[in-house]
Amino acid sequence: MSENFAIETRDLTKSYDGVTVVDHLNLHVRENEIFGLLGPNGAGKTTTILMLLGLTEPSAGVAQVFGFNATREPLKVKRIVGYLPENVGFYENLTARENLRFIAELNHIERAEAEKRIDELIKLVGLTRQDEEGLVTGKFSKGMRQRLGIADVLVKKPKVVFLDEPTSGLDPEGIIQLLDLIASMPAMGTTVVLSSHQLQQVQRVCHSIGILSRGRMVIEGPLSKLGRDALSGGYYVIEIETAQPSPQLVDVLKAIKGVTKVETADRIVRATTEADLRAEIARVVVQNNIPMVQMKVQEFSLDDIYMKYFREG
Amino acid sequence: MIAILRKELADYFTSIRFLIMLILSLLASVLAIYSAYQGIRGAGTQGFIFLRLFTTEPQGVPFGFLFNYVNFMALFFIPIFGIMLGFDAINRERATGTLSRIMSQPVFRDGVINGKFLAGVVTLTIMLGTSVMLVAGYGLRMIGVPPSAEEIIRLFFFLGMMIVYGAFWIGLAVLFSILFQSLATSLIASIALWILFSFGVLGVALGLSDSQDTMRAVFWFSPNWMFGQGAIALLHPMVRTMGAISQAQATYMIPNPLSLTQSLVLVWPYITTLVSLSVICFAISYIIFMRQEIRAI
Repeated sequence: MSENFAIETRDLTKSYDGVTVVDHLNLHVRENEIFGLLGPNGAGKTTTILMLLGLTEPSAGVAQVFGFNATREPLKVKRIVGYLPENVGFYENLTARENLRFIAELNHIERAEAEKRIDELIKLVGLTRQDEEGLVTGKFSKGMRQRLGIADVLVKKPKVVFLDEPTSGLDPEGIIQLLDLIASMPAMGTTVVLSSHQLQQVQRVCHSIGILSRGRMVIEGPLSKLGRDALSGGYYVIEIETAQPSPQLVDVLKAIKGVTKVETADRIVRATTEADLRAEIARVVVQNNIPMVQMKVQEFSLDDIYMKYFREG
Repeated sequence: MIAILRKELADYFTSIRFLIMLILSLLASVLAIYSAYQGIRGAGTQGFIFLRLFTTEPQGVPFGFLFNYVNFMALFFIPIFGIMLGFDAINRERATGTLSRIMSQPVFRDGVINGKFLAGVVTLTIMLGTSVMLVAGYGLRMIGVPPSAEEIIRLFFFLGMMIVYGAFWIGLAVLFSILFQSLATSLIASIALWILFSFGVLGVALGLSDSQDTMRAVFWFSPNWMFGQGAIALLHPMVRTMGAISQAQATYMIPNPLSLTQSLVLVWPYITTLVSLSVICFAISYIIFMRQEIRAI
């Protein structure tokens, strides 16, 4: 992951009739990462996305996508950005292929190249079968529409995609396939901004998140760091399970530099550390012949992080 | 814009709307031929016989003057065509969620309006062209008088004028489709204006019918009547003036047809007014659409 920002906003503000929907928002998304944009309904997520696309004019502040000002140079931004709105609409009298072809034409993609890309994308999102030839999108199921929406966004080979609730209405299998597809996008050179209420799904694919509340950024950063900040004051909690209760282990762990606290509960020893000391711990455990069964860093669920900041905010 | 134009045209040509419009333009042609069949013998031999096909009123029908081809097109069909081609241009896309999809592609916003407007104009041209050709063709069989070169030129000017006039209605309907989110509202607003311009104005004018001048002045407020009067002056060159003239001046007028250039001079203000009305509709559409939020619903 490079340190170039794909998306950057500075004091981005939008008010409607005196009500501030987005309030001095500073958002940073790195190139080729998957960024989860979270927040309750009405937090300003969609408005932020629309401002980044140049579809809505900000009241104040700057929105930049790959260095282009989204308000002043919307066309340059739209050339490299794909947007999947929450309720994506298609021309219902056209087939999937015709819908995609139209978008390719609007992007001035050559006919032959467009057909090639459409073939690939239809396969990629799993719209093969009778679905794609002949059937008009008006007769598509919710899941098929959502898949087509993803293909639609990818036709122009975007450098950034904004996905607004992409998994809504999909069946469990479809959700897994879609999440896998999203997870593979950075490898294709596409940065993803994912706006969703499905925290488990966000946690599965996102590298970083930002939580919005009433138009302000409550917290922003890499997921793993936020989890530690939220639940253990920035420390790592490492759990070591041994075959029998082992009082010796406690002393050994306390001797390691960086370990601040050690607790035991039956066969599990929980060490609070300043850094990820798993390698160090494994070394001393083996040196002291302690029968270790397993060791893991305590996982944080995004639900915990989310709820914590909302109780505070 | 070309991509949008092409898609809109493909949409129109495969839609039921296109079929309805085709049937309507056939009806208009039948009506013109029927009126001419009834009335052309009594129309006299002054001016151009062939063009009288388009201006002859049916006999023995109350308010027969509403039903000559020109007025029929002016008051009924072209406004209906224009409204049909434009009233849902933008708000349908907004309702189905396709607008935000198009607008997140690298296209200019005005390209969207232009594409839709042009597709409407092309479709309208096909309809009107078909209808005029039908009347001309069957009329020729019926009366057996071939058109002179000047008549053909006048007919083409008439066709052009109809397209400009139709473009005004398309522009107006597109404006309403931008202004109103709901399809029903934009349709009702367009139809209300159509009735006002066609029949509301007629009612007022008939109420003031004691003076020809005030009647004419009232008609100036309606693009429908303006187009109708201009088109009749173009097709029926016995019409010498559109304004008021004194009795003294009238005695000097020779009852012979105007030359083509003089007819054009006569109808020029009508054409420019129609064009400027379309431009005004367009300008307002642009200004509103440029500033409008494109939000997925």
